[in-house]
Amino acid sequence: METGEIIIRLVLIVVIFLISLVVAMYSTYAERKIAAFFQDRVGPNRAGPAGIFQPLADGAKMFLKEEIIPTNSSKFLFIVGPSLAIMTACIGSAVIPWGQQIQIGGKLYDLQVTDINVGLLYIFGVVSLGVYGIMIGGWASNNKYSLLGAIRAASQNISYEIAMGLSIIALLMVRNTLSLKEIAEQQHGWHWNVLYQPLGFILFIVCAFAETNRSPFDLPECETELVGGYHTEYSSMKLGFYLFAEYINMFVSSAVMVTLYWGSYNYPGMDWVAAHLGTVAAPLIGTVVVFAKIFLFIFFFMWVRWTIPRFRYDQLMDLGWKGLIPLAIANIIGTGLWITFVK
Amino acid sequence: MESLSNKRKVIESKPLNFWERIYLPAIAKGLSITLKHFLFKKDVTVRYPEQKREFSENFRGMHSLKRDENGKERCTACGLCALSCPAEAITMIAAERQPGEEHLYREEKYAAVYEINMLRCIFCGLCEEACPKEAIYLDGDIVPADYLRKDFIYGKDKLVEAPLNQ
Repeated sequence: METGEIIIRLVLIVVIFLISLVVAMYSTYAERKIAAFFQDRVGPNRAGPAGIFQPLADGAKMFLKEEIIPTNSSKFLFIVGPSLAIMTACIGSAVIPWGQQIQIGGKLYDLQVTDINVGLLYIFGVVSLGVYGIMIGGWASNNKYSLLGAIRAASQNISYEIAMGLSIIALLMVRNTLSLKEIAEQQHGWHWNVLYQPLGFILFIVCAFAETNRSPFDLPECETELVGGYHTEYSSMKLGFYLFAEYINMFVSSAVMVTLYWGSYNYPGMDWVAAHLGTVAAPLIGTVVVFAKIFLFIFFFMWVRWTIPRFRYDQLMDLGWKGLIPLAIANIIGTGLWITFVK
Repeated sequence: MESLSNKRKVIESKPLNFWERIYLPAIAKGLSITLKHFLFKKDVTVRYPEQKREFSENFRGMHSLKRDENGKERCTACGLCALSCPAEAITMIAAERQPGEEHLYREEKYAAVYEINMLRCIFCGLCEEACPKEAIYLDGDIVPADYLRKDFIYGKDKLVEAPLNQ
């Protein structure tokens, strides 16, 4: 790799990292505003015009609050927990293609930090690492409620990872690649995967809700049963990291869904745009399209949160093991038959 | 047994059918309802300090000590309000009107000090019912928040109505 390439990659890493943080920060604001609008309220409106500095105020508050580490906790693990949670949340976005190749000075550059040929497996690895942050945090707190919350989170994530992986297998059968870049390229124009794999997409999004611990599967946090959840003992920015990690996860899983199922940077009429606007502007429009789709998904996450009541824990396990996994297997078989006989 | 009110309903719980069991139609319906609120319903919030809703006719707020039509204080420090107060929030010290103060006080006796502890007051309105001189009414605004306990003891400076404009 030559210098120019390395610089571009470094810039891209920093930019994507900052974007994930800012998006996560403003997701907290968006969540409160959107919740308010769904409930005919106003939402935060004190800090700045329409409350847009609210996340900054919240962040300052999180940093300035007293930090409490319980006496009988395992101190090292207590700190490792939230660090691991936010770290795994941040590295997930490394393999997501944010746009087409961009041509600067006769050279092509990828708008992707790295295109490893097992990108999809990498994402799965990172997602399953994410549960360790929660598990370690709950364990290290030395609090039975935290531990119960962590156990819930772990078993929920493991159960839904299986259904998620199975729903992806059908997609891989159609697309024949694990590289996210190639998956994105294959969805040119309107050939979005959601049109070929509608059931697979529904399974995937349900699992994504469970993986990110979002309502209606937000069982790991529960005031009435668990006092708080896996982060009962956490305070100050360590708590902030857990909450932040949840929003970054939401951003990354939206990006993954957009890349895998909703055509990434592709949109109908993109060839016309590419022919008329040149090799720099057209990919950038593609990037805007990616982010528009991601924000729609984040909105959808919030929309669902403020609509559906949560599942009971046994219902959650029922749905995962008896509902989604058989459906995913049926989807694989159906896709196999379709590939064999129709295509 | 026959129910007396005729309101008894027999509820039969049927097992969920297929569409109910996969949840999705119900979720879609719920999402459409919330979206309607998101897009069309106006918010009902009253943005309080900037926007105030009108009080009802019989709202009981901060007390005011009234003056008569000539601008003289009506209160004669009889102590009936303090006596009637179930929260014991009212205290006063009476004084005799001196010659030359006739334009300030209506009767020969008046309250030199009149204090209401707003932390004790429960805004029941018994003081205004007890007052024989129509001197105290709870017709003011909401009592504002403050930082120190001593600042909640309201004296005559805050309670007595503004003097009539000559």
